[in-house]
Order: sequence, then C-alpha cells, then structure tokens
Amino acid sequence: MRLHQSVKNERAESRMHHVRLNMLVAFVICCSALLIARLAYLQISEYKRYETLSMKNQMSIIPIAPPRGIILDSQGVVLAENIPVYVLEIVPEHVKNIPETLARLRTLLPSITDEDIDNFNRARNQNRSYVPIPVKLKLTQDDVAVFASNQYQFTGVSIKARLMRYYPLGEVTAHLLGYVGRINIQELQQVDPTNYRATNFIGKSGIEKFYEDLLHGRVGYQQVETDVSGRTLRVLSKQNPVSGEKLYLTVDVRLQQVAFDALKDKRGAVVAISTHNGDILAMASSPSYDPNLFVNGISSADYQRLANAKDRPLYNRAVRGLYPPASTIKPFVALAGLEKGVVDTNYHIFDPGWFKLPGVSHSYRDWKKTGHGVINIKRAITVSCDTYFYQLGHRMGIAFMGEMLSKFGFGQLTNIDLIEEAPGIVPNDPWKRRTKGVAWYPGDTLISAIGQGFMLASPLQMANATASLSQKGHRFRPHLLQKSIQSDKGETHNYEPLEEYPVKLKDENYWNIIADAMHSVITSNEGTGYRFGRTAPYSVAGKTGTAQVFSGHQYEKKRYEDIPEFLRDHSLFIAFAPVENPEIAIAVMVENDFVASNVARKVLDAYFQLKKGETTS
Amino acid sequence: MKSHHARPVYRFTAKSIHVDWPLLGLLLAVIAFGMLILYSASNQNLSMVLRQSMRLFFALSIMAIFAMIPPHKYKIWTPWIYGVGLALLIAVMIMGKIGKGAQRWLDLGVFRFQPSEIMKLAIPLMTAWYLDRKPVPIDLRTLLVAVILIFIPALLIAKQPDLGTAIMVIFAGLSAIFVAGIRIRILFIVSILASCSAPLLWHVMHDYQKKRIITLLNPELDPLGAGYHIIQSKIAIGSGGAFGKGWLQGSQSHLNFLPEHATDFIFAVSGEEFGFVGSSILIVLCIFVALRGLHIAREAQTSFTRLLAASLAMTFFLSAFVNIGMVMGILPVVGIPLPLVSYGGTAMVTFLASFGILMSISSHRILFNTMS
Repeated sequence: MRLHQSVKNERAESRMHHVRLNMLVAFVICCSALLIARLAYLQISEYKRYETLSMKNQMSIIPIAPPRGIILDSQGVVLAENIPVYVLEIVPEHVKNIPETLARLRTLLPSITDEDIDNFNRARNQNRSYVPIPVKLKLTQDDVAVFASNQYQFTGVSIKARLMRYYPLGEVTAHLLGYVGRINIQELQQVDPTNYRATNFIGKSGIEKFYEDLLHGRVGYQQVETDVSGRTLRVLSKQNPVSGEKLYLTVDVRLQQVAFDALKDKRGAVVAISTHNGDILAMASSPSYDPNLFVNGISSADYQRLANAKDRPLYNRAVRGLYPPASTIKPFVALAGLEKGVVDTNYHIFDPGWFKLPGVSHSYRDWKKTGHGVINIKRAITVSCDTYFYQLGHRMGIAFMGEMLSKFGFGQLTNIDLIEEAPGIVPNDPWKRRTKGVAWYPGDTLISAIGQGFMLASPLQMANATASLSQKGHRFRPHLLQKSIQSDKGETHNYEPLEEYPVKLKDENYWNIIADAMHSVITSNEGTGYRFGRTAPYSVAGKTGTAQVFSGHQYEKKRYEDIPEFLRDHSLFIAFAPVENPEIAIAVMVENDFVASNVARKVLDAYFQLKKGETTS
Repeated sequence: MKSHHARPVYRFTAKSIHVDWPLLGLLLAVIAFGMLILYSASNQNLSMVLRQSMRLFFALSIMAIFAMIPPHKYKIWTPWIYGVGLALLIAVMIMGKIGKGAQRWLDLGVFRFQPSEIMKLAIPLMTAWYLDRKPVPIDLRTLLVAVILIFIPALLIAKQPDLGTAIMVIFAGLSAIFVAGIRIRILFIVSILASCSAPLLWHVMHDYQKKRIITLLNPELDPLGAGYHIIQSKIAIGSGGAFGKGWLQGSQSHLNFLPEHATDFIFAVSGEEFGFVGSSILIVLCIFVALRGLHIAREAQTSFTRLLAASLAMTFFLSAFVNIGMVMGILPVVGIPLPLVSYGGTAMVTFLASFGILMSISSHRILFNTMS
C-alpha cells in the first residue's frame, strides 16, 4: 500500500515539477529580455547622452597661475619681486604615517616649528591627498643639504622651488607697497573667479592691493586627461599664463630711504611730492613692519604683536593718519583772508599776547605769552602769530575759511592710488550740527583759524596742498604709479598727470605774498623755521606747526623732559623748494616730538643732492 | 530494505568522467569572456589575472570532484552540510561580536572562507532534501518548515551584514519550493503578505541599505555619494554604444571613474568596451548556462535531484540577473558579484561547486533503482 502510494505520488510530482520548471524557463527568458532591453536603451537610444558625459568625465582644465608683476621705483630699483624659495613638501597620499614622518623630519630639521606643523595640518585638511602640502617654506641652504642627503628615508617628501613674493627693502617700503597674502573667501568673491583659479596670493594693502588688476596677470590653462582623483595623465593642450604688468613707481627709493631713516625711532610720516605733476617722491611712515612676514601667512603671535603694539606699526600714517594741521594751516587761512579782502599787506594789528571775542570774557592766548607786538600778514606767518589769525578768522568767518581749505583738497580724499586714505575734516556749522548736534560757536572759528579744534588732515593732504600753494593754485592728483609695462606685448602705459580743479584768486600776487612770508619763516631771524636751519644751499618756503596733545601744559613751568612722551606736542612742517621755481613739496608729521623740521631738512637736502648728482653725471 | 532505497545503480561507474559537456562548454565560454574583461578592468594587471586563473583552476578541480560524487551521496550528507554551515554562521557571528565589527570570514590558517558561501549550496540541498520527503502539492505546514529552514541561515547572513548573499540564498530556497509545487494560490497570498511587510523590512534595514534603494529610484539626488556608483556605471555602459570602444579602450574604467570595476561593477567594463553586441553575448551565455541547468533539472530522475538542480540553476541565474540589473541601474546596489566573471575567489569556487553538483546529476543516469 505504501509502495503504491509512493509510485503514484512520484508521477504526480514529476508532472508538477515539469510544469513548474517550464514556468521557470519562461521566467528566465523574460528576465533576460528585460536586461537586454535595458542594455539597448542605455547603449543605443541614450548613447549620445552618455558619450558626452563620459567625455566630460575625463577631460579637465587645469589653470596655471600667472607670475605676479614686479614693482620698481622710478630709477628701476626692484621693490617687490618673486623669488624662488626652497619649500619642503609632503604629498600625503604617498606617506603612510604622516605624524611619524613629521616627527622624524623635525629631528632632522630642527627649524621646523609647531606653527609649521599646524599650518601643514590645516592645509592638508583643505586639499586632496595628491596635492603637495608645504611643511616648511624658505629652507636654508644647510637645510636643503641636510635633507637631500637623507631624502631616501622619506618617501613622499621632497624639496621644491616655488616663487614667493619678496620685498627686498622690507620695512622701508612696507606701507607704500603693502603686501600680498593668501587669498580668502571674501576676496575671492570680489575678483573674477576664472582668472584667480590658480592664484594663491592677492594684494592685501598698499600698491599691491590698489593695482591688483595690473599685477595679477591672466591665468593660463592646460587641458589634460585626468583620472577620477584628478591626477594628470597627459597634457592635451596648453595656454601659457600672461604674467602681471611691471609697475614703475614715482617714488625714488633713495629719497624714501632717507625719509624713513630720518623718522627712525619716531612715530610719524613724510610725504614728498613733485609740484609739477603730483608724483609722490617719497612716502614714509614710521614705525614700520616687515611685509615679508605676511607673504606666507603671518604667525598669529607675530600678528598679535604687530596689531597690538602701542605705536601701531601697521598703520600708514602718511595717508591714514589724521592730525590737527596746527600752524601749518596758517598760510592757507591767510590766503583766504586776502581773497576775501578782510586783510591786505598794509593791514596790521597789535598783539598783546591774547585775543578776546567782543562781549566774552574768555581770552584766547597766543603761543607767546608776551605777544608779538605790531604784526602784519608776512610777520604773522613768519612768527606764527596766533592772535593775528584769531582776528583774521573772526572777521572772515568759518564758512569762507572752510570753503577755501576745501578748494585745496582738505577734508576730502586726494584719490591717490592707495585704498587706505582717510578724508580728514574741514569743520563748519552744518558739519558740527550734523556730527556733534551742537551749534557752531564763534570760538570754534578762532581755534580753526590756527589749525586746532575739529580740523584734521593727513600728511598727504598737507603735502599736496603745499604743492598747490607753490604752483599758484594748480592742483594735481597725487599718485604713485609712473608707468606700467605689459609683459606679453611689451606695451608701456605712462601715467598721465591728472590736473584737479585749480584754486583761482582775484589777484595772482596773493600767491607771492604767502610764498614770501613762508620763505621768511626759514630765513628771518625771528622765523619759527630755525630748526630747519637758516643756511640751506637752496631756497625754501616753509611753515612749522605744533599740535597740542594735552592743552593744559602749555603755560605751565614744566621742563619738556618732565612731560610724559605721549603728552608731548606733535610737530609738523610743510615746505616747498626752491622758492623761485618750486619743484618739490613736503609735509612732515612727527608725533610727540619737535623734530619735524629737522626731518624735512634731511629729505630736502637729499633731494637736491641727488638732483645735483644727476645733472653733473 | 531501507539501505537499498538509498543506493541506486548508475549507468556509469565511478571511474568514468562525469561531465555535462554542453554545460562545461558554456561555462568555459563565460569564463573566457570574463578573463578578457578582467584583464582590461585590472588595467592589464597580469598578476591579478594570474591569481584569478589559479583560483579558477582550483574551482574547476572542485567542480570535477563534485561531479564525480553520485547524487544520492549528497542526499545522505545534506542534513550534515546544513548543520555544519549553520554552526559556522553562528560561530562567525559570535567572533564578530568579540571582534566588534562586521565579520564574514573564517580564518582557517591556510585559507579564509565565508560560511555564507557554504549556505549557497546547503540551502538548495536542504530545501530539496526536505521537500523531497513531502507529497505534492505542498501543504501549509510543510511550507512553513521549509521557509524556516531557509530564513534562519538567511537572517544570520543578512546580519553579517551581507544582504546580497542573504537575498541569493532566499531565492535559491524559494525556487526549490516553487518547483516542488507550492499552490499558485498560496504563492499569491504570500507575495501579497510580503509586499505588505515591505514597510516593516524598510524599518529594520541599515541606513546604507535604505540609501541604496532611494538612490536607485533617483541616483542624481546624491551624485557624489551613493548615486555615484550608479551614475558612473551607466555612463560607462551608455558610452560604449552598439559596438563598444574596443578591448582595453574603455576610458571610464581605466581612468577609475567607474568604482569597483574589477569586482561588482565588472559588467560595466564589458558594456563600455564591447558595446551592446558584446554584452548581449555575455547575457545570452549566462542565460544558456541557466537554461542548461534547468534542462538538467527536467531530465533528473528523482524528486530530490530535480529540486536541487532547479534551485542551483536559479541561484546562478538570479545572481547574474541581480548583478547586471544593479550595474544597469534597474535594481538596487547590493553586493553581489557577477558569477564567474567578477574578480574574487570564493564566489567562483561556490558556483563551480554547484555546477559540479549539476553535472553529477546530469551524468549519473540511474539504470535501475533497487526500489522499483
């Protein structure tokens, strides 16, 4: 019975199995048809699309950074260049144990600092593993030799020569040239991203920033075949980069050096400008810093030291430093008085040593307690008589005075080719109401007339206004660029001097009156320019200034040495020379010291010395 | 009487060569094709091809040995193989727990192997063995036991986690159940239940597994992450066109845009270099292998061998189908290699061993059974 059952079942089973197996065959064929249909869809109907995608996959365009344009002075002395430096680099993907390798490198080359290691780790996290990451920049010859003889122990570590920005004169030209640094995200948003694809450095300040467009150049490309990680397999075509333009500055670095040395250990600025065209001949700010520190990323300790230093070395005092012009404003105020007709050469006052506004008991003191006696316009400038200018200011009024000073460029940007410039302040009634919310008092006019109070100007503005004064009102935009030369075509583009709207006077003779008075500042026995020296081998028209930092001490019987340094007066000096045919104007500002005239003398001496050397040779 | 039942008399003696020639021919064709692709996919790395050839030689020897063993021996050994396989899976799981990580390998000192590979043979054997003893059509209780026999090891494998192999062994067991005669009605109900439990399954899946399914539906959503494999393999295949870029000329695979191009994604290399024509040939060859396996099942003389042959043939076919479907972007990315073509030894040995069993079934024709 069991046997019978089994046989019957076996037949039924076999039948069932065959039916099911046939179904599986059908299933297999259906599935295969599906696969082949899908294959046909991808390879035949969508072929074009995937073909294009595959081409896109393997081609890539690699940008090549252009060499940055070099910067020279007017005589062709190199101020900023690109020098090859030896860089120790690691390709992370070729190194098995990076911390261990770094540790061994440090024992071999003790000059590698913790800072270097931090920078390396930061850069490594931001790049793909086949990108070489610098460990140590600027290796010394000794380091190179030591590493070279041990290189076999360090797979994936190598020494490469790279171009790095270098400023041979360092702190002498620091504020002028500025510096380049690693480009950051905000800066990248302001430039053409295509042109900066390969660029690591961008001008951060000074000329480097202002002429970034000219200095940068055009990016080059090479079209390459790459693998999935972007590694280059083969170069298909190449378009060379166009290096940045070569810039010649108006500055003469010899004069710059003299100006910088004259300010040594002081806080101050010198601006020397050519009166005929606005060429800046020297522009120094002290104290200074080494711009080379910034090029490859300044260490945060160094940066903190510079940024927090009490005498602010990073600050360009020549264009950004704003000071009360003090008595150096007097020639301009006198000119305004002549123009308005409130004074003339015959007009004189008696100076008892003070001035009182009608109906006000407060007396405004002259810097000389005993007064200057009978005083006319020439003597007022020569001895820098405050009382005369109180009177003049009071009779002229702040509105006209402010208007005249503005015509000389005070209170506005000179539009020099630097971005750091500050506009300064020429105060008047609306300005005071707007910023202080208080009305203008007659007393404000008096102290404005002697360049104190609210008025602020930069050394650059003072130098430029002095140049205009020397040229009878012809004004030029101050500038630093002399010419630029394109590297590919060799085309020279000369900077054309830009004349600003001139200062026009009713009588041209007014200019001579002021120039004569400023000349006597230097030559007259009672002239305040005695520190400059009476015996310069060239004729000079100048004006001194003393800006009060702390007003309380002026009449106290205190010895100068007893006054704390930061409370001592600032000294200022403006001048142009020669008087007959002025070609150079200068403004000097020294904080908390009286040597501005001495500094100006050194710079002007150097200028005429250099000029003499050029004409004789 | 009972001992006689398990001892049939075969047409050939054990000394004869036990080979199914058509199947061997097809297998060698697929293997040769695979070697060509591998040479290209490995960037003409001869040592890689050589290593694969040595594994192949070993696997073919295993196949020859398995083909010589008469089917009834397999039947006798089945519960043991299944039991040992299960024990090894549990052992691996415990070792994995100790080692705090995914563990698939068992290190035997001389060589390492994955117990889940044993299951690729043990589950077809076990399902065939169990269903062979039950009358047709299968009742629900039988079905339940069979499903449990399949799912216990499958879940252990999925836990490793090796979803691809788990799915394969489930398919292997289910094809045996299907052939054994599950009622279409039950099949229908079960499939409805399965689709209802999909959300539940979704819940227990690993994040990377979920991601693969989402990515399948829209690879462009995550072009640099999970979608990258699919996008790149579609580009490689699509750019091959009708006739391909030529052997060794595929840029996508050679420039490494195509990930895992020597292993799971090797079909894309074939697509890129041999085009529609060449890749269709590869697909057709695979189908013929599967159909030959099913043919052997039809010709098989006992219930056990029919079910076993069908299950093994379907395991091969579904592996190929899932792999190719995945590479072409119609199935989710599960780690299943293309049988006989992908670089790697373990799967190669298992598949050729299963073809050895198929050859054993086809070549051991029973002259008479002591029973009948």
